[in-house]
Amino acid sequence: MKKKFISLCLAGALVLTGSFVSAKTLRLAMDADPVSLDPLVQLSGGMLQYSHIVFDPLVRWSSTMEFEPRLATSWERIDPLTLRMHLRKGVKFHSGNDFTAKDVAWTIDRLKKSQDFKGLFESFTAAEIIDDYTVDIKTSVPYGLTMNMCTYIFPMDSKFYTGKDEKGQPKDAIIKTDYSFANVNESGTGPFQVIEREQGQRWLLKAFPGYWDKNHGNIDEIVLTPISENATRVAALLAGDVDFIMPVPPQDFDRIDSDKKIDLITMPGTRIITLQLNGKRCPPLANPKVRLAIDYAINNPGIVQKIMKNRATVAGQNSPKGYAGYNPALTPRYDVNKAKELMKEAGYEKGFTATMIAPNNRYVNDEKISQAIVAMLSKIGIKINLKTMPKAQYWDEFDNQVADIQLIGWHSDTEDSANFFEYLYLCPDKETGKGQYNSGNYCNPKVDELTLASNSETDLTKRAKMLQEVEQILYDDAAFTPLHWQMLSWAASTKLSNAKDIVNVMNFPYFGDLNME
Amino acid sequence: MFAFIIRRITQAIFVMLVISVIGFAIKQSVGDPVREITGISVSVAERDALRDKLGLNDPFPVQWFRFVKGALHGDLGNSFKYKRPAVQVILSKAPATLELVLTTSILVVLLSIPIGIYAAIHSKSWWARLAMGGSIIGVSIPVFLTAILLIYVFAVWLQWLPSFGRGELVEIFPGWKSGFFTWSGLAHLFLPTISLTSIMLPLFIRLIRAEMTETLQTEYVKYARARGLKENRILYVHAFKNTLLPVITVGGVQLGTLIAFTILTETVFQWGGMGSMFIKAVEDADTSLMVAYLVFVGLIFVVVNTVVDVIYGYVNPMIRTGGGK
Repeated sequence: MKKKFISLCLAGALVLTGSFVSAKTLRLAMDADPVSLDPLVQLSGGMLQYSHIVFDPLVRWSSTMEFEPRLATSWERIDPLTLRMHLRKGVKFHSGNDFTAKDVAWTIDRLKKSQDFKGLFESFTAAEIIDDYTVDIKTSVPYGLTMNMCTYIFPMDSKFYTGKDEKGQPKDAIIKTDYSFANVNESGTGPFQVIEREQGQRWLLKAFPGYWDKNHGNIDEIVLTPISENATRVAALLAGDVDFIMPVPPQDFDRIDSDKKIDLITMPGTRIITLQLNGKRCPPLANPKVRLAIDYAINNPGIVQKIMKNRATVAGQNSPKGYAGYNPALTPRYDVNKAKELMKEAGYEKGFTATMIAPNNRYVNDEKISQAIVAMLSKIGIKINLKTMPKAQYWDEFDNQVADIQLIGWHSDTEDSANFFEYLYLCPDKETGKGQYNSGNYCNPKVDELTLASNSETDLTKRAKMLQEVEQILYDDAAFTPLHWQMLSWAASTKLSNAKDIVNVMNFPYFGDLNME
Repeated sequence: MFAFIIRRITQAIFVMLVISVIGFAIKQSVGDPVREITGISVSVAERDALRDKLGLNDPFPVQWFRFVKGALHGDLGNSFKYKRPAVQVILSKAPATLELVLTTSILVVLLSIPIGIYAAIHSKSWWARLAMGGSIIGVSIPVFLTAILLIYVFAVWLQWLPSFGRGELVEIFPGWKSGFFTWSGLAHLFLPTISLTSIMLPLFIRLIRAEMTETLQTEYVKYARARGLKENRILYVHAFKNTLLPVITVGGVQLGTLIAFTILTETVFQWGGMGSMFIKAVEDADTSLMVAYLVFVGLIFVVVNTVVDVIYGYVNPMIRTGGGK
């Protein structure tokens, strides 16, 4: 009886694997599970990935970091405060409603109400509707990043989200911890519609028949499974139970690379991993020579080679190549002898003791990197007491500045250098929120001045010069210790013929463009 | 008798209160839920306002009393991540866990009884030694490893069985989606059940073997043999009946261990049950869901145990006179 049962089960498994072949179903496994159907409820990687599947932005980044028209077909600057957008005609929402300028204006209003997005859209004012397919996007001050921000405007169906639901709640309410209409219903213009969603387990998305972009990919259906366990996600791909996974844990790169039926896709990322040195808590760290010595003592090429297995880019500054502020002159520093000399000059030949904290499940190999740093700094006499903790506990400790050296990784939400400076290096100010993650308490008025000026500079060449100057100052002051930019990784079955063309440095794969053989 | 019941219920209520206090104490140290539900660039003031709104700034006793008050009305709070009442979330995940526990229990019973009896009767045979040796290995490999190993052998290498998830489900009645009625559902059930069984089976084989060996030496078995009863009847009817009593007692207690091990098994197999939900809740600092799970599982155990105690009291008056006046 039991034997029969087993063989029946095995037969069942075979039938199962066979039945998937006919329909063009993309079986997708990601580590994140988008928390809601409302794109404005939380600003996170997972939610933006979702937004690119179910909604369309006005413009999006191309793989070469240029603006690619989506719902906006063309745009022009009318004056320093106004950007005119010409919208695509004949676009339909999933509900069947037509997409017009009204939806853009409505979405910008809603963005300004969203807790997570209102900071990014601070300088935006209400958009002006010129006609059904023309809209003026307005800012209160001249703003150099208006176009960058348009990549975050995913027009929502204003008709669909207006009014009250059965519970008497306004349909456009943005609610983080309870039911809202928008949390469980969607109407975007995107390539896929949500058919079923069992949170934490399974999403079923179907291609939207009325999608405007006729040149898009050929996927009929996406079955999305959030798998947070690294080993399970990789095994599922190797077993052929899923077609696309993101991210790939670095320890499995070689194994996936060697599989003929799977393509490993990697790309230098833009998330910088850094150390912040708090001179306020630990006086020696306020000494510029000591800060420089620490920079020289840390073997960041070694970390990239040995711990990251070359799946990261050694950094000497915040801005990765391609960003406006990237300054080619700023190369990574590593020279232990020089570091020892600097310590001597600073009068700390015998070294000192400092504390350090780092997360252990937030960035790739964060714990191992921190341990390596402890060993490297001991070579120049700095004894570090390291404490690592899960991310859920880390940020409160980080904010309270409980240690002298704190590790932080930062990805610029605007894909622009100024974002690094605003959050990490401006003089901390609780009132304005500037320097919110500057736990090193680094403060240089020149940096503040240049960064703020760059935001209102609409001449992009001038602006880039200012940002590069800021990078130079931070480098010379050793304002922080740069380690590396994390690499992004995906892996796809070779059935997906253009998988490597749909991924990008923001880690928002454009699944709407994907083709399956 | 009435006094006994009252006493047991009072104890149960006390236990539930202790569980909720412990849950709350853990909650304070798991992390900050507000961090997890806001983007990193959200300002400190915004975050504080949200924390205030959710009542997370209130002192520990205030939060606890509010929770207990809600719990008495069947409201264990809202899950921050699921944006729904925590009880609803738990109930929607419970069938997956129960199905896994059920198949594991059946498999354990079906395998442990014959193997245990065989090992007791033929204690010197090679098969018995193999079973005993194997059970040592089974119990000493962590379930996490067993699971990964099974996935690599049967899903990645041989590609016979699916590597994760529950497969196709059928809704048998509202709120209960079952994997028992499709081939895909059964195939998906296979590996998780085996990993979970690998933990429980060795214990029961050894228990049954030990009890059976002991029973076989009692006077009444010898008497039965002397009377010339058939060997099979002696073994499977008379001896086995008495072996079963302690096994059932231990089995009841082990049900709790089984549920605890589902946490790991479900996580590895991306099995959409309460166990993997709990791990995610801890990781994402979804503290309200975490506390609700602890209280919910605690409640099941307390209720089951209280009912069993009360029944025992009826059946065996010695128990209730134990503490009576």
